Parts: sequence; C-alpha cells; structure tokens
Amino acid sequence: MKILIQQGRLVDPASGLDQVGDLAISAGRITAIGDVPADFAPDRTIDARGLIVAPGLVDLAARLREPGHEHEGMLESELAAAAAGGVTSVVCLPDTDPTLDEPGLVEMLKLRARKLSRCRLFPLGALTRGLKGENLTEMAELHEAGCVGFSQAEAPVQNTQVLQRALQYAATFGYTVWLRPNDAWLGKGVAASGPVATRLGLSGVPVAAETIALNTIIELVRATGARVHLCRLSSAAGVELVRQAKAQGLPITADVSINSLLLTDIDIGYFNPSMRVNPPLRQLRDRDALQAALADGTLDALVSDHTPVSEDEKTLPFGEAEPGATGLELLLSLALKWSGADATDSPDAASLRRALSVVTQGPLKVLGDSLGSLASSAGRLTEGGVADIVIFDPAARWTVQPDALVSQGKHTPFAFRDTGFQMAGRVRLTLVAGQVAHDATEAPASAAHGVTA
Amino acid sequence: MSTSLPMRKPQRNPQLNAHGELIHLLSTEGLPQPIIHQILDTAEQFLSVNDREVKKVPLLRGKSVFNLFFENSTRTRTTFEIAAKRLSADVINLDIARSSASKGESLLDTIANLSAMQADMFIVRHSESGAPYLIAQHVAPHVHVVNAGDGRHAHPTQALLDMYTIRHYKKDFTNLTVAIVGDIVHSRVARSNIHALTTLGVPEVRVVGPRTLVPGDLREMGVRVCHNLEEGIKDADVVIMLRLQNERMNGGMLPSSGEFFKEFGLTQAKLALAKPDAIVMHPGPINRGVEIESAVADGKQSVILPQVTFGIAVRMAVMSIIAGNEA
Repeated sequence: MKILIQQGRLVDPASGLDQVGDLAISAGRITAIGDVPADFAPDRTIDARGLIVAPGLVDLAARLREPGHEHEGMLESELAAAAAGGVTSVVCLPDTDPTLDEPGLVEMLKLRARKLSRCRLFPLGALTRGLKGENLTEMAELHEAGCVGFSQAEAPVQNTQVLQRALQYAATFGYTVWLRPNDAWLGKGVAASGPVATRLGLSGVPVAAETIALNTIIELVRATGARVHLCRLSSAAGVELVRQAKAQGLPITADVSINSLLLTDIDIGYFNPSMRVNPPLRQLRDRDALQAALADGTLDALVSDHTPVSEDEKTLPFGEAEPGATGLELLLSLALKWSGADATDSPDAASLRRALSVVTQGPLKVLGDSLGSLASSAGRLTEGGVADIVIFDPAARWTVQPDALVSQGKHTPFAFRDTGFQMAGRVRLTLVAGQVAHDATEAPASAAHGVTA
Repeated sequence: MSTSLPMRKPQRNPQLNAHGELIHLLSTEGLPQPIIHQILDTAEQFLSVNDREVKKVPLLRGKSVFNLFFENSTRTRTTFEIAAKRLSADVINLDIARSSASKGESLLDTIANLSAMQADMFIVRHSESGAPYLIAQHVAPHVHVVNAGDGRHAHPTQALLDMYTIRHYKKDFTNLTVAIVGDIVHSRVARSNIHALTTLGVPEVRVVGPRTLVPGDLREMGVRVCHNLEEGIKDADVVIMLRLQNERMNGGMLPSSGEFFKEFGLTQAKLALAKPDAIVMHPGPINRGVEIESAVADGKQSVILPQVTFGIAVRMAVMSIIAGNEA
C-alpha cells in the first residue's frame, strides 16, 4: 500500500528533523520526506495539517500477559493498546507462566504478534530457568528464537556467583542483560520507606534496596565487561550511582517508568491500590532527580512498565493488591508532560524533541544491534527506512477514563477519577511497516478511546 | 522542564461526609478535635448507663451490626459486641478468618453478601493496613464502617478510649507529656494514639524503643523519638506500654524478650522517673515480665482495667454517632 501523509509537522529527534512537509510510504518503507515526487500515486492520503508525524514509539517494558495470565491481558488486546498509544515496537518481559525460558515459547509469541500486525514484539528471555536464579537458560538458542536480551523481571538473582556467571556467559555472545536493581530481602515491602509508609503502616522498601543491588551489578559489570540495562530506576541515590558508573565508561544504560517519573508516594492517598506499582513510588526529591536524569541522559529511556492487572487482583487492600498499572496508551502523553511539550497546542522544537527522544532514540540506543536489520531505521524517519510511524495531535486534551482504554488492564494511577490528571496529545494514526495498526483519523476527539474532550 | 505537579483532585477524608460529619470511623488521623470531644462527651453519658440495673439504651434498636474479624481477637470483638448490645442492636459475629476468606471468597464479595443481609454497620478487623478504607468505599451509602484494627495502620477506638482515660485522670491535654513505649513500628495503637494526642494539643508525645522498632521517620508524625527508656519516661504524665509480639524475636528485630525487658520493660524503679502522679496504660493483653512487670501492671498507678470499662462506653459513643449521620 502507498500512503501519502500531507503537510504534517515531521519530527525526528535522531536527525534533528522538525519541519512541515509531506511523507511518502511505499511497500512498508519511507520513500520520501519533505518533498514527494509529483508522480507518487498513493492508495491513501492523510491530511496531517496541525498534527505531528514522528517515528513510532519504542517501549522497553511491557507485560502482555501471554502466556499464562490471559485473564489479565492477551496479545490481541495489549498490542492493540500499544498501537493505540503510538507504540510500534515493544519489549516484553519474561515473567509469564511458563516463563520465557524455552525457544518454542518465544517463537510462538513472535509468530502470534506478527499475525496480529499491530506492533513489533521483542521478547526478553529469562536469564535463569524459571527465573529462579539458579541455572542459566540456553541464551544462544533463545537469542536465535528472537530474544533481544535476558532479564530476571521482578525476581532478583540472590546468589551473586550465579549473577556473575550469567553476566560472563551473556558477555560471551554480546547479549545485554536487563536487570531491575532490587535487593531480594530489603526489596520486599509494598511502599517506599518514608513518612507516608510509616504513617499508613505499610511495609517499606528502603532506597538501599536499590543502591545495594546497583552497587553489586556495577561491580560485576566492571569485572565481566557485560552490557547491562538497568530497568526502572526509582531513587535519587540510584540515579547518582548510574551517573558515576556511566562516567567511568561502563557499558550500562538505564530507564525509568512513567509512574516513577511523575508520581510520588503521597499519591497513594487513602490506600489507593492503583498506586501499588513496582518499584514503589518514592518521594518528591527522587521524582525530581529522575526527571532531571532523564533530561541529562543519565537515564536513556522512558518506559510504560505496562502491566495489566485484573479487577479482582487490584480491588484488594493495598498490600495484597497485585502491583502494576496499565501504561502503553499513556506513554506518549506522559512523555510530553514531562518535557513540558504539553504546555501549548503547538509545542516548541526543544521540548518536543526531548519528549520524543526518550521514547524513540533513547530506547533504540538500549536495544542497539539486537534489532538486527531494523537497527538502522526503527525509531527514526529516514528515506528507505521502515515506515513505523505515529501521527498525533499535540493540541488534543484528554483525561484517562479507565473503561475506555483499549488495554484489558484498566488500572492506572493517572485515571482522572482518582487524581484529576490532565493529558495532552492524542494518537490519530499508527503505522507499522507501512500498515495501519491504529486509525483514529475519522473519530471525533471525544469518541476516541479513553478520551473526553 | 515542566516539573510542576499535575493538577490533582482534592481528596475528601473518606470517614467524613460533605458536611464534615463522621460517617465511618477509620482513623484518628484527620479526625477533627470537636468530633473527638463529641465522642468522649457522649461516652461519658454512656458510662452511667453501664452502672444502671438495665444497661440498655434503644439508640440502635432494629439495626444489625456485623462483627467482621478477618484476624482473630476475642477481646476486642467482645467489647464491640457488648457495646452494640447495650445500644439494642442485633449483633452478628463472623469469624471470617475461619470461614469464607479461607474458601477463596474475596473481601469485597464477602462485603457484598453481608450487605445483602441488610447490615447497617460493619466492625472490621483485618491484617492488612487500609482494608477498612476499601470496604468503606464499596458499601451502600447507609452502611457504616468502624475500623477495629487494620494491619499496622490504625486502631481508632482503642486510641479514643485511651484519650477518654487520659482525660478522665488528667482533665487537660495541653500540658501533658505522654510516652508510648515498645514496638511502635508495628503498632496500629501507637499510630492512632499519636494522631489523637497531637490533635488534642498534647505538647510532647514521645515514642520509646530500640531503633528496629522505633524508626526515625516517626518524627514526621510530630513526636519525639527516644531510644532510651529512662530518657523517654522522665517526667511523663502518661506512660502507654505496648504489647510485644513474640514474632518480633524473628528476623532480627530483637535478640530476646529478656533483653527487651531489661532495656525497655517498665519496672517500679523506672516508673519512679515519671511524674509521681503518672498513670500507666496498656491496650492489653499484657505480657507480664516482657514489657511490664506485675508490680506496675497491678500497681496503684495502673489504669489498665479502667481502660477496658471506658472502652465499652467509647465504642457505644462511636457507633451511636456514626449511625446518626448520613453519607
């Protein structure tokens, strides 16, 4: 199919592109940017006046819940949610049931995702069998099946000797190991240690749970030379350790979730279980440090940490509620909020670039060569590159109405009924490899998913 | 960089209605001083009911009060039961710990089922902090919820009966020094007492115990943190001792109950450091020789048994007040 996108504001943080113009797509690839040859005969023409045309978002952390947790989410619903959020590539975690420690499971997921053609799926394989932290998985086999890295999800490797060997083995093949720094014992609480947890009588997770694990990981990176991606930093002290390690030239990257970036433990309010997330929401100074670190590049990427949780698992007392929140459909708007690009209907070039960079270029840097042939063009607008594109309206204002979300997971800390959060930026069209994955070009703003005008 | 806080909805304290009247009792935090005094004054009137030949008043006649104890506590349940019966309510005791919850029924399903039985009030004890808030959010508008202890979070009727006791013996709150001693971090009684005492204008509230049980960030609740019993009870007007659970000896909280008693147990000799007319309180059940020696528990400064008597009147007051307010 040939698509012509007319008179959109074309923005690509990787190349610095920011101009109004046309964009032509043919056979899944971008064939022209800016000026389109007069003889280009599109099957579909999209009027993008007033809209922003950008590379599709790349989300480094989403749980799609298959296999094993289909009551909480399925590939159909969650990849549709990704497309609705303008996400064209998503990295999923191995904490499924069974865990992603067998090549067959990975191949099945990749195949199912390809058939749905909503969003590209990049699974992380389990680092250890069953995520038990004891025996290594067949990483080379899993890589061949399509894994872009290896992760322990929420289950820290307690045995540091196993962790060292896992890093050594992964480094042998140049695979990246994705770890959320969290001490297995100190990290057991349900809220961040501090005045709020103390007052509410909730068990606390001290900052030391993150910094102790970070120090261990950083020392093992130093010793093994393994490439490590640090997932979902939550504290100011943790950010500082990452900053120092990067300054020493260690091969590490890091990300932060939309939850930790924009919320604090005060948002728990009167035990709102929607605020039960991992890592737990910390204090204002931590949130401010995370925002600054994402701006200065200490943190490379912003992730949705999308985790659909069923109503039954969430409407429980805070400490018993399953951690996690839906996020794929909120990632773009929250990136715009963080950068200040939501302040006006026509965001300035610098803040818009900052917002898009942490959900395109930044994540691409983390994924690097693991994307194979896509590595050179995903997350960018380049002639000849893959046409993974999001078109969104920066002036559209909306609020999150949980029931209107595409995702099967309806719980989010950003729901209007709980927090009164105001959002800016609505996705109008998502293209994956030049195919329409989500189309809200016809829908009036008030009828689009999850939206009130 | 836009780091401004996003616009938030102000959240109303869920235990008050739009007119600021008490519809549930969930916590002493955010409980306005006039409401506390109203409860204590009402309790004072009920205390005379307890001395009468016929100990009943008809305030809750025809109402059904469900005791929902997801965590066992015969004593607290009994005091609520007596209080509800003296208000002429029908009382149904449900030992959930041994029934539906263990069959896999969810908390809210249990609540929905009991609501269908025309409950008017739920007295809830639960091992998870915040559970009564979830219940209060999901009951029909005419149903009232009383928190009878949730996790480490709150035990507001215990705190109110403690306030009643203090007012009874000390009259005025605004010149007192109150020491709360023992396992503060795990104690819902301590949290609720701290909120009530600071709301009532007590100028000095101290929490006393080892650092494993008395974390420093308690200071944010407006108390003085002491890690030494002598310092903690010096010149105190009121000493509230907390029960030490046996499981604190696991996981590195404490080495032994013996060492705890030696360092933080209340003895006659240590009590002499407090004011001569200081009163000694304890929410019960007491561990003799662990947090308090028998000579103190049974001594003339102890008001532990009057606390229990006052507790019934205070619970009657709470139930009658919330039953009279509409959501």
